[in-house]
Amino acid sequence: MTSADFQTLLPEIVLAGYAMAALLAAVYTTKDKLAPLLVWATAGLFVALGLYIGATGAGERLVFSGLFVDDPFARFAKVTILLSAAAVLVMSQDYMTRRGLLRFEYPILVTLAVVGMMVMVSSADLITLYMGLELQSLSLYVVAAMRRDSARSSEAGLKYFVLGALSSGLLLYGASLTYGYAGTTQFAGILSTVQDGVPLGLLFGLVFMLAGLAFKVSAAPFHMWTPDVYEGSPTPVTAFFATAPKVAAMGLIARLVQDAFGGIPGQWGQVLAALAVASMFLGAVAAIGQRDIKRLMAYSSIAHMGYALIGLCVGTAYGVQATLIYMVIYVTMNVGTFAFILSMERDGRPVSDIAGLNQFAKKEPLKALAMLVLLFSLAGVPPMLGFFGKFYVLKAAVDAGWVWLAVAGAVASVIGAFYYLRLVYFMYFGAEQDPVDSRMAPVQWAMLVAVAVIMFAGLINLFGLEPIAAFAAEALVR
Amino acid sequence: MENQLLSIITFLPLVAAVILALFMRGDDAAARNGAKWLALFTTSATFVISLFILFRFDPSNTGFQFVEERPWILGLSYKMGVDGISILFVMLTTFLMPITIYSCWGVETRVKEYMIAFLVLETLMLGVFCALDLVLFYLFFEAGLIPMFLIIGIWGGKDRIYAAFKFFLYTFLGSVLMLVAMIAMYLDAGTTDIVKLLVHDFGSETFGLLGFQVVGGLQTMLFLAFFASFAVKMPMWPVHTWLPDAHVQAPTAGSVILAAVLLKMGGYGFLRFSLPMFPVGADVMAPLVLWMSAIAIVYTSLVALAQTDMKKLIAYSSVAHMGYVTMGIFAANQQGVDGAIFQMISHGFISGALFLCVGVIYDRMHTREIDAYGGLVNRMPAYALVFMFFTMANVGLPGTSGFVGEFLTLMGIFQVNTWVAAVATSGVILSAAYALWLYRRVMFGDLIKEALKSISDMDRREKAIFAPLIAMTLILGVYPSLVTDIIGPSVAALVTDYHAALPADGAELALH
Repeated sequence: MTSADFQTLLPEIVLAGYAMAALLAAVYTTKDKLAPLLVWATAGLFVALGLYIGATGAGERLVFSGLFVDDPFARFAKVTILLSAAAVLVMSQDYMTRRGLLRFEYPILVTLAVVGMMVMVSSADLITLYMGLELQSLSLYVVAAMRRDSARSSEAGLKYFVLGALSSGLLLYGASLTYGYAGTTQFAGILSTVQDGVPLGLLFGLVFMLAGLAFKVSAAPFHMWTPDVYEGSPTPVTAFFATAPKVAAMGLIARLVQDAFGGIPGQWGQVLAALAVASMFLGAVAAIGQRDIKRLMAYSSIAHMGYALIGLCVGTAYGVQATLIYMVIYVTMNVGTFAFILSMERDGRPVSDIAGLNQFAKKEPLKALAMLVLLFSLAGVPPMLGFFGKFYVLKAAVDAGWVWLAVAGAVASVIGAFYYLRLVYFMYFGAEQDPVDSRMAPVQWAMLVAVAVIMFAGLINLFGLEPIAAFAAEALVR
Repeated sequence: MENQLLSIITFLPLVAAVILALFMRGDDAAARNGAKWLALFTTSATFVISLFILFRFDPSNTGFQFVEERPWILGLSYKMGVDGISILFVMLTTFLMPITIYSCWGVETRVKEYMIAFLVLETLMLGVFCALDLVLFYLFFEAGLIPMFLIIGIWGGKDRIYAAFKFFLYTFLGSVLMLVAMIAMYLDAGTTDIVKLLVHDFGSETFGLLGFQVVGGLQTMLFLAFFASFAVKMPMWPVHTWLPDAHVQAPTAGSVILAAVLLKMGGYGFLRFSLPMFPVGADVMAPLVLWMSAIAIVYTSLVALAQTDMKKLIAYSSVAHMGYVTMGIFAANQQGVDGAIFQMISHGFISGALFLCVGVIYDRMHTREIDAYGGLVNRMPAYALVFMFFTMANVGLPGTSGFVGEFLTLMGIFQVNTWVAAVATSGVILSAAYALWLYRRVMFGDLIKEALKSISDMDRREKAIFAPLIAMTLILGVYPSLVTDIIGPSVAALVTDYHAALPADGAELALH
């Protein structure tokens, strides 16, 4: 271990050190009274680190004897994770304070989860992969059960934990099989093994690992936990679940299939394609019957993960680029949408029944308009950015000869459009009744409006995201 | 400057919409009037600028003019331009918008939003006709659904929710298939530039797919995907069922724009993409399309006879008239395509006017049931005259523009398929039957209904709305060269290229 190793790992070390220090500071001082300050400090640190990572130049460094890799792909994913986590943190502060939920552990646990995610997208070895994944998951289990006095929240935490443990088990089993047949846990070693023939056991290992990771991105048929956990967790936590961890898990899948199994795209392409199709259709169809906006967003994220997987399953650099851009757009849209969902309340109590949105547009025209933009964007209707995300992945699919997959994605997007439209219908032409209140902290309002504006303004040049994503994708796919 | 004229007219309404959305506050009478006047002023200004374009347009040049091109994301480009086929659709849109805006002077609910929706819609409609990049076209084409969805859903009638959803999902399904085809085209040709795609040769080798022999190969597949979108938009029988619902529930101005401009996007799409880009595919499918058109003309005319709701009747009549358009387009000869474009333009004036006519009495009586009226001529002579004029134009009376379009398309189709022509001609008689019967039931007879006794004739604003429409219908009816001179050269080039692209033994290519 050299100083170069540590220097590469600097952001993760800083974050982990910060989490420890903050924990000690809070415990020995004013405890929960420190929480709002911690939230803002954490978010500030995330943004600062995001900028630092974004600015650390080009190049690829494999450190700690091939356990940890720092390449443009990892940096792209890390910046996305850090910025989205910061956005979710700051917009949840007001909600949690007013409901007495804001404990000082919250920002600290989020920080630890983020460290886990950063390790995930940088992993170059099965061991690193698992360590990152578990650090993230364990923090998230606790955060899901944050509202200790609520049975719903505890149930969500427990359910998440049990199913998460199961998926970890699957993943570990797959990893051990892979190790057994490849003789190494390093991605590079596995890659050179599969180059000359794939033993059956290794394939089993691959499928088990993909199944375990599919849990984490909540791709059908491994999605069962998602609606319950989304519904039961406090809304800010749901917002967090819907954003950064999805990017990390998607990045990890990309990393695993490209770095360790890049030589045999024919073997995992079909698995991911099956996951993608199942997710898109299940997400689109199952959301139709939902009355709770958080459950609805759960199914929406299942469907969106399906689209993102399309980009990965085609196995090309262009496909990875499409997935990266898709994830960035997806995360941005979700930040805006959850900024709104956080504000839905009646008599000070949070509401998540979509019928409460009836005639909302009359009461709050601007917020309704912003939501309208976001919902059409989520549905993938041009000219909003959501359309370009879909267009990108469908193009990658057709490009690589997966026309049927593109057609399936197109059809699923029509079915999915229905439930987003229904929200618009409630807001703009629903039954006459008293709509929910929408009390927004300035930062929530700013997020909602900014995201809505971004959905249009991105149309001009995607904020220059395209070449960066292409660069990141090319670093991963060789 | 000249090259940016198209962008200027396209985005001018959008700018006005943004100004309305951001800077107009309050919901009192003054704010409402301000919104209306700003919308009227903007759409009028757009019309004036578009006149400029029309005068500078050189019909003898069959290429694209006023071309503007800038690089854009995803390797796409922002490219706008018009040729002889699209310029008149641009004119139709800019001409009708001020009239439409002026016609909804009486709207009182959420006026500002209403105006914003129409202004945004104008931007998107103009964008569709000007876009010279495949994805840009798709963007405008699809985005048009959003304001229309809101217009039907917010300001519509009793069953507006059902109609709005049906409208949106029907057309969305058609378009996403087109999107996949567009991606396939991009990969085949390596560009999304419509000008380059127009000269690109898409494969037409027969190949097997799932045990079927696809005659015309890739071209047929692409044709079908585009057809799914345009046929729904048009709408063609049997995918027309969303239109009556949408029309009946939409507010008057929404119906006008829907019938007059939005439907034309389907026809424009056939002319811009299906025919020139996939000639072999179009040739393979043409017999089917021609018969679908003939069925549409006869069947929907018969359905129109059975309607009890005025708007529904006119909506079915629209479907029948669009049947002439598809028939003319797929006849693929000079008269047929000329006639199809002429029919689309003229139908824009006539059907728009007919919906406005229904709007006039709907505003007074709040019902569209035919049975609720009768003997209106006694109290509303001016209205009766206007309605008479457009009924006759709808029937295709010589001297009105309706005649020219029908006559040209029938002449075009007669040279290609006599049987289809024979069936379609019977539609002329049927249209006279339903239109005149409607007129008799609403206008003539004694004024016995109690509620109608105090109905008032059209006021000055309403007369002013109809005046330009009557003028255009008459002018085009007696002097059709005004249109055909502009479209003629472009259509001639289109038809020549189309036939040149067909294989020499094209006659033997048929649907197996």
